[in-house]
Amino acid sequence: MLDFDILLPAILNGLSTGAVYALVALGLTLIYGVLHIVNFAHGSLLMLALYGVYFLYTLLGVDPFAALPVVVPAMFALGYALQRTVIATASHGREENILLVTLGLSIIIDNLALYLWSADTRTINPSYGFSTVDFGIAFIAVPKVVSFAGALVATGLLWLLIRRSDLGKAIRALARERRGAELVGVDVDHVYAMSFGIGIACVGAAACLLLPSYYVHPGVGESFVVIAFTVVVLGGMGSFAGALLGGFIIGVTESLGGLLLGENLGRIGVFAIFIAILLLRPTGLFGQRA
Amino acid sequence: MKTPAIAAAAPLLALAALPLLLHSDFWLHFAIMTLYLALLGQAWNLLGGYGGQRSFGHAAFFGTGAYAAALLQLDFAINPWACMVLAGGFGAGAGAFLGALSFRYGLRGSYFALVTLAFAEVFRIVADSVPFTGAGVGLQIALKESVADFQFPEKSGFYAVILALTAIATALAWWIENSRFGAALVAVRENEDAARALGIDVDRTKLWAITLSGALSGCAGSFYVQYFLYLDPRIAYGVEVSVTALLVPLIGGVGTVLGPLVGALALRALNEASSAMTGGAPGLNLVLYGALLIVILALLPDGLISLGTRLRRAGRLSALGHA
Amino acid sequence: MLEVAGVGKRFGGLTAVEDASLHVREGEIAALIGPNGAGKTTLFGIVAGFVAADRGSVRFAGEEILGLKPHVLARRGLVRTFQLVEPFAGLSVRENIAVGCQLRQPRRAAALAEAAAVAGRVGMSELIDRPVSALTIAGLKRLELARALATKPRLLLLDEVMAGLNPAEIAEMVPLVRAIREAGVTLLLTEHVMQAVISLAERVYVLNDGRIIAEGPPARIVADERVIEAYLGHGAAGRWPRRLGEGGAHA
Repeated sequence: MLDFDILLPAILNGLSTGAVYALVALGLTLIYGVLHIVNFAHGSLLMLALYGVYFLYTLLGVDPFAALPVVVPAMFALGYALQRTVIATASHGREENILLVTLGLSIIIDNLALYLWSADTRTINPSYGFSTVDFGIAFIAVPKVVSFAGALVATGLLWLLIRRSDLGKAIRALARERRGAELVGVDVDHVYAMSFGIGIACVGAAACLLLPSYYVHPGVGESFVVIAFTVVVLGGMGSFAGALLGGFIIGVTESLGGLLLGENLGRIGVFAIFIAILLLRPTGLFGQRA
Repeated sequence: MKTPAIAAAAPLLALAALPLLLHSDFWLHFAIMTLYLALLGQAWNLLGGYGGQRSFGHAAFFGTGAYAAALLQLDFAINPWACMVLAGGFGAGAGAFLGALSFRYGLRGSYFALVTLAFAEVFRIVADSVPFTGAGVGLQIALKESVADFQFPEKSGFYAVILALTAIATALAWWIENSRFGAALVAVRENEDAARALGIDVDRTKLWAITLSGALSGCAGSFYVQYFLYLDPRIAYGVEVSVTALLVPLIGGVGTVLGPLVGALALRALNEASSAMTGGAPGLNLVLYGALLIVILALLPDGLISLGTRLRRAGRLSALGHA
Repeated sequence: MLEVAGVGKRFGGLTAVEDASLHVREGEIAALIGPNGAGKTTLFGIVAGFVAADRGSVRFAGEEILGLKPHVLARRGLVRTFQLVEPFAGLSVRENIAVGCQLRQPRRAAALAEAAAVAGRVGMSELIDRPVSALTIAGLKRLELARALATKPRLLLLDEVMAGLNPAEIAEMVPLVRAIREAGVTLLLTEHVMQAVISLAERVYVLNDGRIIAEGPPARIVADERVIEAYLGHGAAGRWPRRLGEGGAHA
């Protein structure tokens, strides 16, 4: 019924979207791995970043890919500020309250966007939007190729940061053993905020890579939250390799699901995986803690 | 802090007299919506407040009850009053289903919140895609304005019903505070292992809590359908219901009998005030909800109801300072 | 009353318990001791139904109970306490104990009244209506004891009930534990505080590296070479003076 000619592009498209999902999930898993908080506002912040990229393009003519050096640091700063000011203070450190604070943030951001920019779906049409790259076996749209490559590069950079830099060492130490890290002089509040900031910077990068082949409206955050969580839970909370692999799996699942069942019901495939993982193997593919 | 029976009953008795004083439709609607929010809040409070299992997807139970009520009267011509009871049953069923899956697999805290969220979304997508539920267009109940059909020509009729429902929910909360089941539920919330070691069947306790919570939510859903005569997937299973359900008790006071009532009033008042100020712009009232949630968590994590004790304590401390 | 036979448990590559066997006679006070990491907590957890065993059998009052859930065991009369006491926060001492009473007493009001009686048995009568946040460590330990007693157990597993107590508090707790046995409850303790073990236990099992290496009355155990070496290291038995077996005030 479905032959290779239809399946293959769907799979490749899925891989491309999946790479971006992986980038979003990386931020989320970093935040969970270090701060042990489930950031409900992750999707909303992605939506915010998407709007940022959108307006940079429509108002200032900045190409989304070229906007990376602006959007990424801006989102980092936002993330740092949010953790340091709102999240840390409002939750008083209690885990169940952190969850609610991030939920509150997501509600505020989602609905502020609705109020400011209405519910209209917005897309951009860059000049290369419809050009494709010939891979021999299939044609893939240029934006998707770039986002795939960009996501992999970003992941590599993040890995380097965490594994090789001093900040990365501090982050890993804090994630493992908070007391110990404090004792050796790690500024806990600062590193927490840095980690959150990096996680949100990932979201900023993902937004730049995503918009050319996607769209934005205020509800986008909600759908991304569950996808991001699914990837993180599938890959294992706190695992980078897991987020990457999980992203690809979910991207392809969503693509194939959309092909077979239509976009709406295709979404259910992702949720089904999410629920199944939570119930059957909450540690995910590579995760350590349940 | 236990609430004595008088303290729980008094506000409800006072509210019963309200329609005698209020004749304006606006204020009756305000009161009805406040009590409706209180009902939803009591439902969440049962599981999240007393039970400590904080769900982010209570819409899953609310919406199931709402759709049950609507479909049973539209497609099966069942009397709408009976539909309310059945809606409670369907809500309970949804609760039991979700609970059986989540609790048997040991899901707690964030994972439990996530799974409830996921289920609510799945239900929404299904309702949106399936013609049986009217898909995205939704369902409409014909206006009949007859009491036999659970529709009232005067708002005061609806007021009586919602007051009764909320009174039942409040009574249930009071019973929980004073019963063996309630003590077990609170023990489970505070320390599952210790509860187990003392002979409490933790899974079954949680399952009962979520089933009761689902039943009440389902009733709230059916009331919504009767009052507004319209239902669609976003209303039934959307995030707004889930967020409202948890916001009401959190603002008022989790794990207390009167907390949801206080929270409902605060939220409704906020809603009206913000609509008046912003002219009902889309999204703004939810922005205020989110901001309120964060402010409450930061300043009054035990809810508005703890304001009294906090002020008293502050007063006592300052008195000591001056002694 | 309690027969543990050949119980084994591995966590991944680590063998926590290997071929452990012990038995406790009705009305006896038995103790399970051993250096840190010996596997006492795991074995305790297995008997109390909190940890699944890989192999072996646990019989309580003649019936096989391995694999049964903790709340089922509690109903049968096997109850454990926890070393790290976490009371039910936000409730009073009475309400905490009443949760235990509820196992046998379905009526809430009666349970609350019974809680007062149980509190009296552990000497907490004056604290009965105070919030648990006001309790000291010693108070928390008594609360833990009271909660467990409220369930009217036949066998009580006390998990390091003396941990965190100063000598004066230990001296108060020992007769309390003995009184519980006098009331007809069989006791199995895990303990680090030797003074308590020697004063209370009639039979002591020593666990080291997951295996039971010695069994017997406290006086003999304390002088046992293998036990001394388990605690103090290889060759220590030869260097340690033999006087330990007498008097028995400390080890």
